[in-house]
Formats: sequence, structure tokens, C-alpha cells
Amino acid sequence: MTLFYALIALGSLALIFGLILGFAAVRFRVQSNPIVEQIDTILPQTQCGQCGYPGCRPYAEAIANGDEINKCPPGGDATVKKLADLMGVEAKPLAGGEQAEPVKTVAYIREDECIGCTKCIQACPVDAIVGATRQMHTVLIDECTGCDLCVEPCPVDCIDMLPVKTTKQTWKWQLDAIPVTQID
Amino acid sequence: MEKLIAQIKQGKVWPFPGGIHPPGQKTISTGQAITRLPLPDKLVVPLKQHIGANGKLIVDKGQQVLKGQALTKPVANWSVPIHAPTSGVITDICQMPSAHPSALPELSIIIEPDGQDRWCTLNPVPTPSLLSHEQLIDIIHDRGIAGMGGAGFPTYIKADSRKAIEYFIVNAVECEPYITADDMLMREYASGIIAGIEIMQQLLTPTLTIVGIEDNKPEAIAAMQTAAAHNDKIIIQTVPTVYPSGGEKQLIQLLTNKEVPSGGIPADIGVLVQNVGTLFAVNQAVFEGKPLIERVITVTGNTIHNPGNVWALLGTEIKHLLDCQGFSPVPQQRVVMGGPMMGFTLPTVRIGVVKTTNCILAPDHEELAEPGPEKACIRCSACADACPASLLPQQLQWFAKSKEYDKLKEHNLFDCIECGACAYVCPSEIPLVQYYRVAKVEIKEQQAEQVKAERAKERFELRKQRLEREQEARQNRHKRKPATEKSADEKQKIADALARVKSKPAKDDDKSAVATAIARAKAKKQNQGADLEPDNSDVALERAARKEQARKYKEQKAAASTTDGDKAAPADDKKAAVAAAIARAKAKKAASSTTDSETAAPADDKKAAVAAAIARAKAKKAAKAEQADSLEADQTQSETAAPADDKKAAVAAAIARAKAKKAAKAEQADSLEADQTQSETAAPADDKKAAVAAAIARAKAKKAAKAEQADSLEADQTQSETAAPADDKKAAVAAAIARAKAKKAAKAEQADSLEADQTQSETAAPADDKKAAIAAAIARAKAKKAAKAEQVSSVEKDNAVDETTPTTKNQEPGTEAQPEQTAQDKKKAAVAAAIARAKAKKLQQEGSDK
Repeated sequence: MTLFYALIALGSLALIFGLILGFAAVRFRVQSNPIVEQIDTILPQTQCGQCGYPGCRPYAEAIANGDEINKCPPGGDATVKKLADLMGVEAKPLAGGEQAEPVKTVAYIREDECIGCTKCIQACPVDAIVGATRQMHTVLIDECTGCDLCVEPCPVDCIDMLPVKTTKQTWKWQLDAIPVTQID
Repeated sequence: MEKLIAQIKQGKVWPFPGGIHPPGQKTISTGQAITRLPLPDKLVVPLKQHIGANGKLIVDKGQQVLKGQALTKPVANWSVPIHAPTSGVITDICQMPSAHPSALPELSIIIEPDGQDRWCTLNPVPTPSLLSHEQLIDIIHDRGIAGMGGAGFPTYIKADSRKAIEYFIVNAVECEPYITADDMLMREYASGIIAGIEIMQQLLTPTLTIVGIEDNKPEAIAAMQTAAAHNDKIIIQTVPTVYPSGGEKQLIQLLTNKEVPSGGIPADIGVLVQNVGTLFAVNQAVFEGKPLIERVITVTGNTIHNPGNVWALLGTEIKHLLDCQGFSPVPQQRVVMGGPMMGFTLPTVRIGVVKTTNCILAPDHEELAEPGPEKACIRCSACADACPASLLPQQLQWFAKSKEYDKLKEHNLFDCIECGACAYVCPSEIPLVQYYRVAKVEIKEQQAEQVKAERAKERFELRKQRLEREQEARQNRHKRKPATEKSADEKQKIADALARVKSKPAKDDDKSAVATAIARAKAKKQNQGADLEPDNSDVALERAARKEQARKYKEQKAAASTTDGDKAAPADDKKAAVAAAIARAKAKKAASSTTDSETAAPADDKKAAVAAAIARAKAKKAAKAEQADSLEADQTQSETAAPADDKKAAVAAAIARAKAKKAAKAEQADSLEADQTQSETAAPADDKKAAVAAAIARAKAKKAAKAEQADSLEADQTQSETAAPADDKKAAVAAAIARAKAKKAAKAEQADSLEADQTQSETAAPADDKKAAIAAAIARAKAKKAAKAEQVSSVEKDNAVDETTPTTKNQEPGTEAQPEQTAQDKKKAAVAAAIARAKAKKLQQEGSDK
């Protein structure tokens, strides 16, 4: 009989706590960002397609489905590291021997050579090139992600990828400079 | 608060945490009064000397400027103008190294002084109390005043604070070693500074104004107290000498015991801080109307023979300052802009003085040794003790080295004022501040990149959506077209049937139509004389009646479907194979409605037996139906010629080519006359020939060319020209046929053109030349018939009892050939077609001869 009471007591306790937990699980559910979103925010959004996917989001989806995390050259090692942290995998060097800290570039159209074919406009993933048929095109530097996609289609090769200029706002002190000392 | 004010008035100060006591070295440069430098031979005035945007250049290279003349105009928020520091000529406007540790080039105006130092017209305001708030702010803005303490914040923004200011604090602390510019300014211009303070009081209406001066400047304190004696709202507060008590946040805490919240600004707690130099500049701007073109600069250091303070024009090269004060550089001489704690070593001395330059320090190696190599951190925590912002410099250093930016933010890196106290006390000579500066820039860069990535993502998404939309629209266009056509088709069929039903009673009802038909028939008989057989006359009568019906139907259609033009337009535009197909289909359907009446015509011509003829006839009808929509009868005639040509669609690619040409001509007609529908109708006709891909391609090219020609040249010329190139290509026998057709089309158009005579004779001549081929002759004959049929109908509008004759009479002599041709053609309907055609040619030639 005692055994019976004990079972009933424990059983009812288990039921009560189970209900409380169940309720809490529904009521206080923490809405976490879907993993794809999180990966997508880490990716540099150049939309360059160098990973083999048409844009950053498709690559984010691919990573979520188990693709390698080291296929993003514009992101460099920093992105790989962040992705490794997020996905709980080992950080590895960039695929294809890309440089760890990529130089940021923007497209520049040599405007007097532009024939106005609009091919680069169609190629630009972020609509950062303005122009019209048989009119000169130009790049909105602030919107250009430096993805290189406009260089290939240009029939007259008038697009250069130039490194982003350092401004006073982006200039950094040289910390690893070797001090020069003169010895008499 | 009353208590606090009372405490402040009693002279109480509230020390901030940390701080250091470096040797002051101030007496080096306070030995003599402020001197004025001789005019340099060149001034380099950077456009941007403050925080915010550049002004817009309003001067040109080579322009003569007067002292105080504005060189830029403020355009954006936070932009402050600059002024010519002396009179002279602008020799260049170019990129020059800037007063920044990087010396990154910056757009600068280079002025060569003329030595006369002529002022421009100044507008002094003797009594600023009469001016409104806005007027004063405008004066401060236009005179280019920006914070002269070091940051260069535009003063007009601070002075226009939207938040209520309780304490206005004047920063006269000047805590950094060596610098005495503010000290000397206060000693010599105390009353001017107080006047500046009073202007700010007028603008900000603070409860209390506190002037904080370190106790190592007794002369300045005395001068200021004397000058401020008349104003009891100004308190001259002596603060202990601690570095960095001149930091904005530190000074606020020191004087009011209030702490500026992390990430906030002093105005958030009702406090506003201005430097004494700035206030003196405000005074000069208002009372004397002088813009900010010069400032006091301390030139000091052991390598300077004559250290002291100088009034230097903005833009004076550092080299000039050093030379004037006597400079004997040591090997590897360093020249520091700013003080030894927060200043930076200049990469070159050919940099102009800017609004924020307060000191030029040229030390020798003993007084300011090069920092030694960085050693390992021994965790002595001296830096944490020295930090005036209560940060953990050591911790920050670890995070900065390992680039853990999130951690840095957590440890409030952005509250660091970069005063250098931590690095000063560091026994391991770690350049802590440099680490923080790099980390700050990198964090800001990351944030900027994040923003940019966000935007790129957004733009990418929007682009994707747009492309999808376009794709969908394209598909829909393809899908919907056939659907609508079906319905249109059905409608047409119904309408057809109705028309037919109606037409039967119409025969009886509309006697005028029948009468006209009879009249026409009679006229023909008269013309044709006895050659005509009675059977034929009957048929002609019937045909006339049918034509009447057809016309009615067309009118109905024109009223009902205004969309014709719209549909045709896109088809015309792209003539893509698909669109073309659709267009063709439509054309046929449109045609089918009128088939009844039209088939009769060919029947009349006896070609009824040939199925191909029917097909062709349909094509024509389609064209005609559309033409019916077109406004003027003349134009329709030109058009009918084109479809007439279309009949020969059965023939091979040559025919296709010919048609292309015709279409082109139709387009020319278009350009001449307003009716766009014409070109459009021609286009679908053109599209029918899409079966031969190559032909289409060629045709398009030609059309484009011709269309252009049409634009440039006048009507007559274009026609003759188009005919010429067309002739060039008809080398092949098949081509001959094509040519013939093209000519017909051209002729039809010429008829349209205002002066028929000349053009017709011209076109007729070449036409005759090339009609060698028999097939061509047949084609022509057919075209003529079609054209005539149309003429007949068009003239019927008028009181047409005897229609064919009036038309011909109305027309000019050149066209007289045509009626004759028509008559003959009809006769030859009974006889063999070939003979008839031959005759027709002859007649044409006659006509052209005329």
C-alpha cells in the first residue's frame, strides 16, 4: 500500500512538473535566429559568387546544409573564423589558397573607353552601375562591393578593380613598424 | 542644485579618478608676449580643418583674394567655411599633405601673399545683444569658427544647442605639458575672451558659467578675474594641475561633479564646454567681423632658440614657424604637432597650420626620448590607476592585440579619450594608446562594413525581386497573348457572323450602298465598254456590295477595338519570333472576318481555284482591316499595296526579302505621316515571313537603315533612295521579283505623298526597267488591283455615283495611267493573265513618260 502511495505521489509530481515544463517550453520560447540568417549576416554580402553559389544567401544555406565554410575569399580569414565559431567546426584556411586578408577593391570604369553596352549593368548584383545604352556608364563607389562580376562581361575591358583608398577615417597607426635607430 | 551652485561658487572641485603629473615645461614659452610672424611666402590652406564636411569651393586658381575673403561656402551639415588668411593670389588648388599623423593628402588652396595684407569688407557688430539668436549663429557659422581646443567641432552647432544648458564651462585648463597658447591668450586678451563668453551666454542662457583654469597659471587667473569682475554669472575656478583635467569629460566632473554618460555628449546633462581660444575667435567674429584666419600657437622645444607663442595665419607652413623662432634641428629631429602626450609626430614640416593646431614641439632627444621597444606587460596595473576614464587599459590591450573587438566594446573602449596617461606610466613602454586607436578604427571600419553589407544585401534582394518580376511579366505576356487572341478570335467570329447576317438585310436596307455599288459597276461598264460580259458585271456588283459590308464591318471594328494599335506596337517593337507568330495569327484572324467579301475579289479575278491565292487574300484583308482603322484614305492605299505584295508570300525567300523592304517602306511612310498604325500593320505583315529566319534578319537590318534614312531625309528623297538600295540587292532572279514588289509598295506610298506627279514618274521608270521577269509582272498586276480596289472604296465617301472616274480625274496627270490599268486589268481577268500584265506594264510606262 505504501508503495502504491509513493508511486502515486511521485507520478503526480512528475505530471505536474511535466506540465509546468511543457507550458514553459511553449510560453517562454526563445525565438532564435535561424542558422541561415546568422550565417548570412557573417558573410560579406559582396554577392560575388566566388563560392560557387549565386550570392551570399545561397552559400549561407549551403553552409547550413553542411558545405565547407572556407569558400568565401572576400570575407577572408575573419569570416572563416566567425563561421567556425558559429558552426562549431574547425577553422581552416581559405580554399584555393586565397589571401587571408583580401584587399578591398571597387570597380572603376574608364569612362572615355566605355561604349555603353550595358553588359556590366546587367552583371552587377547590387545595381551599383548606372548608365544606359550607348551612354557612358559609371560605378557608384559607395554601393560597389568589389565582386569583380562586371569585369568579365565588358567587351572593351574598360573596368578596373582598384583598391579602396585609405582616408583619414580608415587610416591606422602602423604598430608593427620596425623602429629605426642610428648607431654611430 | 542650489547646493551644487553654492558649492561651485565656494570654489569646490571634485577630482576625477586617475590622472598623472608630468613635468609642465610651460615656463619655456611664457617668457615673452605673443609675437606676430612675418608673412610667409606661401600659405597652404586645407579645405577641411574641422570635424564635418568640406565647404564648397567658391574661388578659382589664379584668383586674387583679399584677407578674410571666404574661400569655401558651407553646403552640408557640419560644414564650416574657410577664409583667405591674407590678401594674395591663389596659385594652386591641389592635394597637399594634411595635418594628420598619416599626412594623407587633402585638397588645399595655396595662396601666395601679395604682402599688402588688405582686408575685405568686414561687418562688425558693436552691440551683439541687439541681434537675434539666428543672426548670431549665422555670424559664428559664416566666420568659420570651429573648436580650437583640438577636436575642431563646428562652434555654430554647439552654440545652437537644442538642449537646455545649465552650466557653460570654459576650458582654460590647458593641462598638456609645454602648451601655453591659451595661457598667453588669457593673459593678453582676457577682456576679449570674456566678451566671447558673454556672447555665448546670450546664445545659451546658462545658469552659471564656469571658467576652469589650472593653478599653474596664476597670471591668467588674475587677468580673467579682473576682466570678469563685472559679470557675476561667470566664475573663475582654479583647478589643481593634473593631467588630463583639460579633457572635456574630466573637466565637467572636476567642476560640476557630473559624469557624462558613456556614449553621450555633455549637452545630455545640461553642460556645454568651449575652449578659450574659440571664445576669443567668437569675440573677434562678432565685434570686429573678422573670420577665423589666425590663431595663437606655442612653438617650443629644446631645439627652438626663441620659444614662445606666436600669432600664426592659418595655412602657414610649420617650417616657417620653426624658422622664424630659430630652429637648429638635431639628427632625426622630430617635430610634434600638439603636445607631448596627445600630439603626433609630423611626417613633414611642409604642412599648413590649421584651426586646431595649438602647439609645435621640436624636442631634442633628451627631453622627449623615442619610446623604447615594447616589453611584455607585467600586469602592474599602473595604467588602470592612471586612467581618468576608469577603464582597464591592460585588459583592453590584450583584447586589442587579439582583435577581440566585441570584448573591447564590452570594456568600453570608446570611452577612452586617448589621453596617453596609461602609456605614460607604463613601465614596459607599451604604446597602449596606439593599440586603442587602431582597434577603434578597425571597429568603426567593421561597423561601416556591416552597414554596407546590409545595404548590399538589400540591393541584391531588390534586384532579384525586380528580375523575377520582369521574368514573370515576360512569361505572362507570352501566356496571355494567345488566350486573349482566342477570345478575340471568337468575338471576331461572332462579329463576323453577325456582320454577315446583317449584311444580307443591309443589301436591302442600305440601298445607298447597293446603289453606289451599282453605280460603280455601271461606271466600270462604261469604261470598259462592250468588252465586258454580263456575267462579269453581276460579279462586280456583288463584289461592290460585299465591299460595302466589309467597310461597315471595319468601321464597327475600328469603333470596338481601339486596342489594335496597342497590340501591334509591341509586336512591331521586338518582332521576336514568338511575337511575330502571334501577330501573324492575329492578322489572319482579323482577316478571316473579312474573308467573305474579299475572297469574292480574288474569285472575281478567277484565282479562286488556287488555294494559295485565298491565303494571300486573307493576308491582305488583315492588312486592310487595320488600315481601315487608319484615318486617311490615302494612307490606306499605300498600305494595301504592301499586303498585296504579301500575297506572294507563297514564293521563296526572295519574296520574303521583298516583303521586308516593303515593310521598311511602310515605316518610312510612317515617319512622314503621323499614323503609327500603318507601320505597325506593315510590321505584322512583315512578320508573316518569319518562316525564313535569314530573310527576317536581313529585313530587319534594312528596315533599321531605312527608318533612319526616312528620319533624316525628306519624303521624296527617301523613297527614291530606298528604292535604289533595294535594287542593288536583287541580283538573283528571285530578287527581281522582290524588287518589283518593293517598287509597287513604294509607288503606293508615293501616291500618298503630297506631290504624286514627280515621284510616281520616277519610281515608275525604274519599276519598268526591272519587270523583266514574268512572275514579277503578275505580282505587280495584283498589287495594282488591290490598290485600285482601295481607291474605289476610299472615294466612295464622296457622293460616288460614278466613282472610279472622279478619282482618277482628281488625281494628277501622272496617275491617270492607273485607271486605265485598272480597266485593262479587269478585262484581262477574262483573258489570259499574262497578256493583261504585259499591257499593264506598257500602260505604266506610258504614264511615267507623261
